[in-house]
This record gives sequence, structure tokens and C-alpha cells, in this order.
Amino acid sequence: MSTTIEESGARGVVGRDPDDLLVLADRVAGWARSGEEVEVYVARGHETEVRAYDGEVESLTSASSAGIGIRVVADHRLGFAWAGSLDESVLGETLDEARDNASFATPDEHVRLAVPDGVAAVTVDLWDERLAAVPTTEKVALALALEAQARGADPRIRQVNAADYGDGSVEVALISTTGIRASSRRTSGYLSVGVIAGDGGASQTGGGFSVGRGFDGLDPDKATDDAVTRAVRLLGATKGPSGRSTVVFDRRVASTLLSVVSSALSGEAVAKGRSFFADRLGEQVGDPVLTLVDDPTDPRAYGAAAYDAEGLACRRNVLIDAGVLRGFLYDTVSGSRAGTASTGSAVRGGFAGTPGPGCRALTLAPGPEGHDEAGVLAAVGGGLFVQSVTGVHSGVNPVSGDFSVGAEGLMIRDGRLAEPVREITVASTLQRILQSLVAVGADLEWLPGIAAGQTLAVGDMQVSGV
Amino acid sequence: MIDSPVLERVLSEALRYGGEFAEVFAEDRSTSSALLDDGRVEELSSGRERGAGIRVVAGETTGFAHTADLTEDGLLRAAEAASAVARSGGGGTRTVAVGPRGATAPGGQGTGGRRAPSSGSKADTLALLQRADEAARGSGDAISQVQAGCGASRRQVLIANSDGLLAHDEQARTRFSVSCVAVGDTGLQTGFETAARTLGFELFDEVSVEELARLAANRALSKLSARPAPSGELPVVLAGGSGGILFHEACGHGLEADHILKDASVYTGMVGQQVASPLVTLVDDGTVGSEWGTFAIDDEGRPAQRNVLIDQGVLTDYLWDYLRARKEGRVSSGNGRRQTYQHLPMVRMTNTFLLPGEEDADEIVAQTPRGVYVAKLGGGQVNTTTGDFVFGTTEAYLIEGGRITEPLRDANLIGNGPEILKRVDAVATDFAMTPGTCGKDGQSVPVGCGQATLRVTGVTIGGTAE
Repeated sequence: MSTTIEESGARGVVGRDPDDLLVLADRVAGWARSGEEVEVYVARGHETEVRAYDGEVESLTSASSAGIGIRVVADHRLGFAWAGSLDESVLGETLDEARDNASFATPDEHVRLAVPDGVAAVTVDLWDERLAAVPTTEKVALALALEAQARGADPRIRQVNAADYGDGSVEVALISTTGIRASSRRTSGYLSVGVIAGDGGASQTGGGFSVGRGFDGLDPDKATDDAVTRAVRLLGATKGPSGRSTVVFDRRVASTLLSVVSSALSGEAVAKGRSFFADRLGEQVGDPVLTLVDDPTDPRAYGAAAYDAEGLACRRNVLIDAGVLRGFLYDTVSGSRAGTASTGSAVRGGFAGTPGPGCRALTLAPGPEGHDEAGVLAAVGGGLFVQSVTGVHSGVNPVSGDFSVGAEGLMIRDGRLAEPVREITVASTLQRILQSLVAVGADLEWLPGIAAGQTLAVGDMQVSGV
Repeated sequence: MIDSPVLERVLSEALRYGGEFAEVFAEDRSTSSALLDDGRVEELSSGRERGAGIRVVAGETTGFAHTADLTEDGLLRAAEAASAVARSGGGGTRTVAVGPRGATAPGGQGTGGRRAPSSGSKADTLALLQRADEAARGSGDAISQVQAGCGASRRQVLIANSDGLLAHDEQARTRFSVSCVAVGDTGLQTGFETAARTLGFELFDEVSVEELARLAANRALSKLSARPAPSGELPVVLAGGSGGILFHEACGHGLEADHILKDASVYTGMVGQQVASPLVTLVDDGTVGSEWGTFAIDDEGRPAQRNVLIDQGVLTDYLWDYLRARKEGRVSSGNGRRQTYQHLPMVRMTNTFLLPGEEDADEIVAQTPRGVYVAKLGGGQVNTTTGDFVFGTTEAYLIEGGRITEPLRDANLIGNGPEILKRVDAVATDFAMTPGTCGKDGQSVPVGCGQATLRVTGVTIGGTAE
């Protein structure tokens, strides 16, 4: 059965004048009483998701949403409230609730809203005007094509358990009584596919994706190749050997590692004694090959942004330079607490969240050798190549630095990938990992999330297997 | 929330172009949270969200749309968007009638059948947070940081579908957690403890926040002298109530019918077979008291029920939602859940637990010459296709000569579900449940996990000690 999808009439609220959100935020901020500061964050979005399975559309989701988040600061006390609606009736209620919440907080001299700091925002174009004009039929066709392509890519692929197309658009406006006025909008698109390979023995899985700012440029070949390669090369995997080993992390895994390290670079975690980096500013915390920068002004970064979540300009921040800890990421409150200023690094999880410091676009400076993955493998000669990890949330502690994750991948022999292994763990501490970096690849790939992917080799890790 | 005649018109609209099934899921959710951190009440937050998700099933395809607009016009627009998947079906009209159906689960233990949940005032909540902070800080001078949080949510749901079902429920949930940092010569260590029930403020009739705080603090303190966890395979004793996450990951997810029907689980086709040690009887039960995964009706309007999944080691059944049950010509097992009205329902666990055995917990330890004793688990993760899973420890000790000895640093353990289930060789009587948040395909739902003290003859421990 083939399914034909026509364009729905319900396009929601996207496509109206983009300034109307600023007007709305401005109006609510105007309800501030004397003696209080008010920040209004307004967002709305539209998303489409198509999941294909076995030659048909398994599900098609089309939805719009909008909401508001309000922070009130009065007498150095902060209160927050949000609503999943921009209806006139909820705006005043939400402000009142935020105001009431503020009255219960402990006064804290560092609690304040952002004020403009004179740093000009760069222009980053994150909006694909054409996305809104792509008919749903084309999105459905792309998901079905992806599923068919993955199913037929290799005789050992016995199942495609998910083949998804998704896109979204989000518009945000931020206004405060302290002079902040910012608006932004972004579109995004992705293809994602998960496959199961089997050749009579145990099955293995692999996932691949392609991301972009819209519909155009999404690459089903890349998503399929990635998923199929990952699943097929694990066929026949056995539980690997235990011992000390050099471990090469695939770009996706390396991106996950950087994301975890970044939470210890939060100025708030440092100020509150929840980071192993606390008190180590200016010290050698990593191998000299390690230079770590967060730069959301790079338009190629998935997390590129002109403004942070408090409406200050995003900027380039050097965190670790040649192994020396140089700085932390601050929002306004944590910056004040540390006796410094915001680094324009506030992030928040949409209108229902409050801002806190965080990264958007981490990269490592590539090693001097300019290696790609094959180059890094050749350079290390022997060890373990990890293509995916599990249990990052349960086995990596950014406060203590303890690091233990489940892993699967391939052994490295004679500088090349050899037999597959699974059901093993890889362990160390984050502190030791940074000191034991052996190589950083020059094969930078912007991945969804807050950190780029680059092949990474780490020495002296404990592998637990048989 | 929505009148029956409106629901009937919306369901009829949803089926205007064809399709076999249509459903309206409406939700009105309020949340509040308070956070005490670094000795200060930092943030009170309140949120309100209401809206409806509408799905239409036509053949193998599900169309889904959601809206925050609960007026008839808003619902009709969402119904039209969801019906797009059936546009090729020709059309015809169908009149839908819905009737009331009791929302209380058999036995009257459901969330809808109890006294109305009470709300604590903001001041009451803050007093609890202060008490927890004092108790944690009073547990030892090495406690350097304390964060205490309390979150409450109240959710009214209404479900109507084209089979004539009309059901509603009110679900109140309250969660209190304490997170501590201890500082010593070896760096920082963390301890976390949480209590969460499907209750209102009555949670605090049953739970002492001081006790919770001391547990969290002592967990951090004990790890200051911890040695690195071992690496390699050892017998593991899991304490009663340490977190039945072992079974949640080792087989719970693999028994969800969506994975089964896509042949993406190691347990596919194994009903009637011995998949575990005869000591293993595993139950998923959404009706248990006020546990975190308890509800009167699931998010498809089906009453919660008790499902025996593994009976003395023999696999008896999988977990089902409406859509997957329909494919197999059976009824849902009451496991169709969704995070919010903005999400499609899927097969999810409720409270998943191992029935207690007959042995004495202390005896199990005494009869273990060398191994690891896990007092508290963190999270876990599973690949249902391969059965490989990890779970992390947050409080663990060495067992030497049948005695619990030195504390161990946090680590993940890794195993393969079907292999680990067969290695359970002792189960004690000291059963206890713990709350958790289960993530699947981007959706989080509250679940319970339970087990008595038990031993697994061999699990790979991912520590750093050689």
C-alpha cells in the first residue's frame, strides 16, 4: 500500500510577522512594577516528523507550539513561571505567579538579570526560508526513500527499525526591563536511520543521521552508509579482552565526551564546588595537545547562535589552551558570583526552563599531524576503537571525574581496524583522560549537540571484558 | 475539560477521510518546583500547560497532530491535520459516540480512586528543603555542598476514541531529592537520594526528608575513602531496593511489544521458553499503591493492570499498547503511555519488579567469598536488539570473605540480558521499590523498579583497578 499525504491546512502560527513576538514580549515586560525587573522569553515553533517502516509511513506528526517564560527579580530575589500558551489570558497570570515565586526566594546580591554589555552580536543565518514551502508529500517521500535505501544497502541488513525525517522551526523573542532586546529564529532538518544486521549469528545494530538547517542538503546516502557500516562491521563481535589500552574514540563518541567535560567548565558548577576544575585556573589540566574552545559565532556549528539565552551576544571563549585551564563559562548570575562578567554563555531548555551557563559549540584544536580517523589509527598502532558508548548518564560523574562507560567497537591491530568487540567497559577519570590525550584528529565534523566530533585517542584506559 | 458532543464532532472530523481509529487525548498539567542550593532558596518555578493530541490510524499509518487550543475550532483544525494520513482512503463519514467509563482501576487502588491529593504551600515546601539541607550538612564536616529540590505535578487527562471510550483521570505526583558533594583528600564525591510517589503532599506523611538527606550525605562521605572499582567479571550482590534497574534494562525494555513486533529484541519469539533462572518471576504492575509508575488509566484510557512477564524463569508475555495489541488481535495490557499531549503513546513499563524469594539477605552476602555489593544503583541503558545493557553504581562495596568491606568508586556494570537473567542464583525476602525516570525515543515517564537482595553469579564490572 502506498500512502499519499496532502498538505494539511493547519499550518499553525508560523509564518506571521516575526516581530509580533517582540511586540508581545515588550507588552508583558511593560507590566513590571516599580522596584522589580522583568525578563520575558517568548517562543513558538512548528515541527513535522515522518517515520517510515517496512515501505509505509508508520507515523506522521505535524504540530505547532508556543509558550512564555517569565523571570522576575525583586529585592535580589528571583522567581520564574512559564505557560505553554501565548493566550492573552495566561500572560498576566504567568507574570503574577513569577512575582509570587520571587517573594519566597532567599535574597542574594548576585541575583540579577542581564544588562547589555556592549558586545555586538554577530549575524548568523540559521533560517532556511524554503523549508516552509516544502510539501509534506516530499518529506514523506524522503523518509520512505531512506527506509528503502537502508533496507537494500547490504544483504546482511535484516531490519530497518526506524527511518525518520524531521524538521522544525523556532522563533524566539527576549525582552527585559534591564534593556535586553533580542530575537532569533532557526530552522532545522534531520534524517535518522537505525538498522539491524544479522548473518545467522547474533544481531548487531547501527545508527546514522544527516542534519541540516532545512530540507535541502539532507543526505540519505551519508545516513545510510553510516548506519550500515556500523552494524555490519560489528557482526561476529565477541566480548573483548580486559587490560590497559589506548582507546580511539570515534567522532560521535568524542563529541559526547566533550559534552560531559563541558559541564565541569560551567562557572556555576565551579562556584558551587561541583567541578573537579574548581581552583585550577591557570594550571596544566591536560596534555599540551589539548586546546578547547566554545565558539557559537561559527555559523557552521550546529549550536551556532547570535544571542545567548539571556539576550547577550554569543562570543568565542577559550576554555583550555595547550593544556592550561584558561576560563569557565558564565551567565550573568554565576559571573557575578565569581566576580567577573557573563561570557554570553547562558543556555536554556526552551520557555519552560531558566537560564544557566553552558556550551553551544565546542571544538578541539586539531593535532599538528592533521590526522583523519585512519591517520589516528595508524599513529596509535594498537588498542581499541570505540564506535559507540552506553551509560554515559550513569557512569560518568562530572563532579568527581569518575568515568566508566559501556562500549562496542573494533580492536586496532597494525594501525588498522581488526575484529569487532562488544559488552565491554572503558574506564578512567576525566582528569586522567585529559592528561592522557595521545592524538586529536583534524577530521572535524559538526554534529547535532553542543560539541563537534573529532577522532580522539586516549592512552592508559582500563578496558573490562573477559 | 471538553464536552462530549465536541469530542464526538472532533472524532468524526478526524475520520472524515477514512481511517479505522481516532483518539483525542487532552491534558491539563500544572507543575511547581522549588530548589534550595548552596544554602539559598534559589528558584521557585511554576508552569501550566494544556492541550490535546489527536491521532488517526489508517492502515499501518498513524497521523498525529497536537494543539494548545482546546476550543472546538482548535481541536477541529488538529483533527484535520491528523487526518491527512487517511486522505488517500477515499472518504465517507462516520458518526462517533463516546460514553463515560470509570477511571478507577480494578481494586480501587488507582490514582483516581483515592482522596484528592493535597498541595503543600510554597512556605511548607521551603521548610522541607531547609530541613533537608540542615540534615545533610549535619551528617559530616566534609559535606561541602547540598542541593535539595521538590517538584510536584498535577495532570488531568481526558481520553476519547472512536471505539466509544471516554475516560478521565487526575494524577498527582510529588518528588523530593537531595544531592550532596563531599570533599576530601581524594577530591570530590557525590551522593544522591530521591523519594517520589504518585501522591500529593501526602508524600511527606510517608517520607522523612531528614532521612533522605542523611542517606545522600553518607553516600558521598563513604566514597571519600573509596578505592577504584575492580575491572572484570565478579559475583554481584544487589541490595534490596538498590534499584530494580537491573531488570528494567536486562529484560523490561526487551519485552515491550513495539520492539518485539519489529524483531528488534532478543526476546522475540521466546514466549513459553525458559529465559531466566527459576528464581526470577518478573511483574509489571501499574496498580501498586502509590508507587511512582502507578496510575488508574494509561494514556490511552486503559485501566492499569498487573502483568506477569516472566514466571519462574519462563517468559509468559510482553507489554502492549493499543496499536501493537491491535496488530496482534489482542487487547492492550495497559502500558500505552506518553510524556505529554504533544507525544504519541508507545509501549512503556509502569512499576517493574522481581517478586521476593525466600533467602536471608545477610546470608547471601555471607555465602559470597568475593564480589561486589551494590547498595545503590544509578541509571542504566540497554540495546534491546543485542540485549547488551549497562547500569551504574552510586554506592558499592567489595565483598571479601563473605563480608562487606571497602567502599568503591562509581562504575558501570555491563552484561547481556538473557545471560544475566540465567545467572540469578539467590533472591532474598527484603523487597523494596525505588522510583526512576525512564527515557525512550525522546519521551520520559515515571516508573518504579523493585527487587529484594539478590545475587548474580557473574557480571562485568567496569572499574579502573587492574
